[in-house]
This record gives sequence, structure tokens and C-alpha cells, in this order.
Amino acid sequence: MKLPEPCGPLSERVVDTLRARPHGPHAVPEPRAMGEVTYPLTDRDFQLALWVLYELHYRGFDDVEDPHAEWDPLLIVSRAALERTFEHAVRALVSQTPDGAPALEELGATPAEQVTTALVRMTARSGPSDVAQYLHRRATRADFCSYLAERAVYHLRESDPQSFVLPRIGGAAKVALAELQYDEYGGGRPDRLHQTLFARALASLDMPTDLAPYVASAEGATLASVNLMSLFALNRRLRGAAMGHLAAFEATSSLPCERILRGARRLGLPQPVHDYYDEHVEADAVHEQLAIRGICAALVDDEPELAADVVFGATACLAVDGLAGEVLLEGWRAGRQTPAAG
Amino acid sequence: MSSRRVTVTECPGGPLLVRGADEVVGLDGTVAPVERAVVALCRCGRSDRLPWCDDSHRDRRRKKKPAS
Repeated sequence: MKLPEPCGPLSERVVDTLRARPHGPHAVPEPRAMGEVTYPLTDRDFQLALWVLYELHYRGFDDVEDPHAEWDPLLIVSRAALERTFEHAVRALVSQTPDGAPALEELGATPAEQVTTALVRMTARSGPSDVAQYLHRRATRADFCSYLAERAVYHLRESDPQSFVLPRIGGAAKVALAELQYDEYGGGRPDRLHQTLFARALASLDMPTDLAPYVASAEGATLASVNLMSLFALNRRLRGAAMGHLAAFEATSSLPCERILRGARRLGLPQPVHDYYDEHVEADAVHEQLAIRGICAALVDDEPELAADVVFGATACLAVDGLAGEVLLEGWRAGRQTPAAG
Repeated sequence: MSSRRVTVTECPGGPLLVRGADEVVGLDGTVAPVERAVVALCRCGRSDRLPWCDDSHRDRRRKKKPAS
């Protein structure tokens, strides 16, 4: 994958630095003052700059020749500055969420019980999301493809962020996370790797299967939803939030996947599209239990001081993914109001 | 011979998690092969994918198997 085209001053400085100085040091020149970023959660320039810096820790870029760029201290400084602004915005959003920070001590006798109750409660309210209902009943084929294109930024890398957490936790929580990841990674069968199932769905619609074109067109809020997982997974202090995020993500996946599957059937989309969502109805019903009871409850049993972080991560997942969903729905609604050309 | 352990874990208000099973035999004798390391078995009867859980126990608006 090549570096993406920048879309503003922040991403331009990050991309230019990586391109212009193949052998480092990679000092990003004075990035746009963070004060100019009014709302980082939907600011595509901000999120793209952060996404590029995170990507150095995943598969990297063909046109970044210096293998040391990943741990260039100056790039880490730039990343940390963006992360501070990002985390601050996420915490502000979470603080506006009703019941976003429940009084845990009222929810059970032990931290494990408290966290389990909080996670079950906050995800119980969610039925199929508005996005899933739209895809089920109303979406055109073009809407559906635009949804897949937007989600490709995550699904082509599905579950990779959470793998960074494995060495950061221990005991029963580690075992349960490994069990969940084993399933995400195909359960020993390369053809069942979830990333591959999604790529196959894209290919069946003659859509590209590499990440670059999807990053090039993704909304800021979509990049934010993916960056949120990296923020939590790549910072050990946020390991509790990473696992709370995973629990909320899995617990709000099965019912939407069932609706999206029905939408794919309604539109007569190719079988590989059905297969991806079909797999996730069953898999995520299992993963939800593993994530809430196996991982999060065991984690706070081991490290009770992480209870609030787990709940924060879950609330952040629902809030930021909700924001990304709203942006998509707005786009589809606006598209419907515009008379088709010709 | 292997001494593989088969375990069943209850999830309050949710499914049974089963590890290590090879197949699940339904009431009508239908055999559902187990194709993942851990499977979730429906306990509420609302699933559209019996014997597997599909999270329908969460969907409060949903009573029993609506037309799709």
C-alpha cells in the first residue's frame, strides 16, 4: 500500500515528512495548531494524519522506505500530540452520553459483576442499528456498496488492533481473548479468516480488495472509529478500554449483521456478501459472551482498578461508532433527495 | 487416545457456550456439525438458527420468528 493523498495541513505534513525523508529523522514540522481542529472526531484531515501514523505499526507503506520510521521518536511525539486531542474529544463525547459512566458500586458486589452488568445493560438497549435497518429495508445497491467501502477500512484489518492487547493482559482474560481472536482469524483455516471473507465479498462486487482506495475515500468519522481501536490497543494504559470496546462491539453486532444479511438477500447481492454477514451472526453471538464474561469480567477480577476503563471503552465504542453511522445515514438521505442525474 | 474435554458454560440470560463438541443433535434428530472451537447454543428458543444462538434474546421488540 502507498501513502494516501493528504487532505489538509495535518495529514499533508505527516505524509510529506514520511515521503521526503526516507532515512529520517521524521520530524513533522509544527503541525496545524490543534486549536484549529474544531471537532477531531469527524475531521478527516486530523483522523487521516493519525491513521497514517498508526498504520506504521500494522502493515506500513511501500513508499516509506525506512523501517525505523515505526519507532522514530519524533513521529511518536507527533502521534502522541494527535492522540491527546483525540482522546480528549472521545472523553468529552462519552461524558455527554446518558449513563455513560454508571455508578459501578451499585451494580454488583464485585468489580467483575459490576462490569458485566454495566456492559450487558448498555448493549441491551441496542437492537439492530439504524444503519442496519436502512440496509435491510431501503438501501439501494449503490448505498450497500458504499457501506462496504466505508467499513472496508476496518474489516480488511478486522481484529488486528485487539491482537496488540494479548501480551498486555494475563490469566483467564488472555485465554479468552486468544480464543476469540482464533475464531476471528479463521479457527485454523486460512479461507475462514474474517478479513479474507470480507475481501471475498468485495471481490464478488468487482470492488478492490486492497485498503488504499477505501482509506482515500473514507469519512473522517469512519477513520475515527478505526483509530479509536488503535488508540486503545497501542497504549497499554488503555488496555481496559480496549477490552470494553471489544465487548460493546461484539455485543452489538449479531442483530445488525442479521439485518444486513437480509438486505443483501433483498438486493440479490452475490453469495460471498451473504457469507460474510452470515458468519458474523453466529460468530458474534459467541464473541459477545466471550468478550463480556470471558475477557472483561476476568480482567477486572485480576485488575479491579480497570473497571472504569472497561466501561469507558464500551461507551466510547457505542458513541464513536454511532457517530460514524449517523454520517453514513445522512449521506444516503442526502443522496435520495438529490434527483438522479440524467 | 486423547482425553479431550467438552465443557458447557451457562451465560445468564443468554446461551450455553460449548467447547470441544463435535455435533449437536436437534429434537427432530437433525445433526448440526460444530465448526468452531466455541459455539453458543440457544436457550430461549427465539433463534432463527437453532440450535445456535443468533442473539435474538436481546431483541425485545421481537417475539418469535417474524417473517423476514
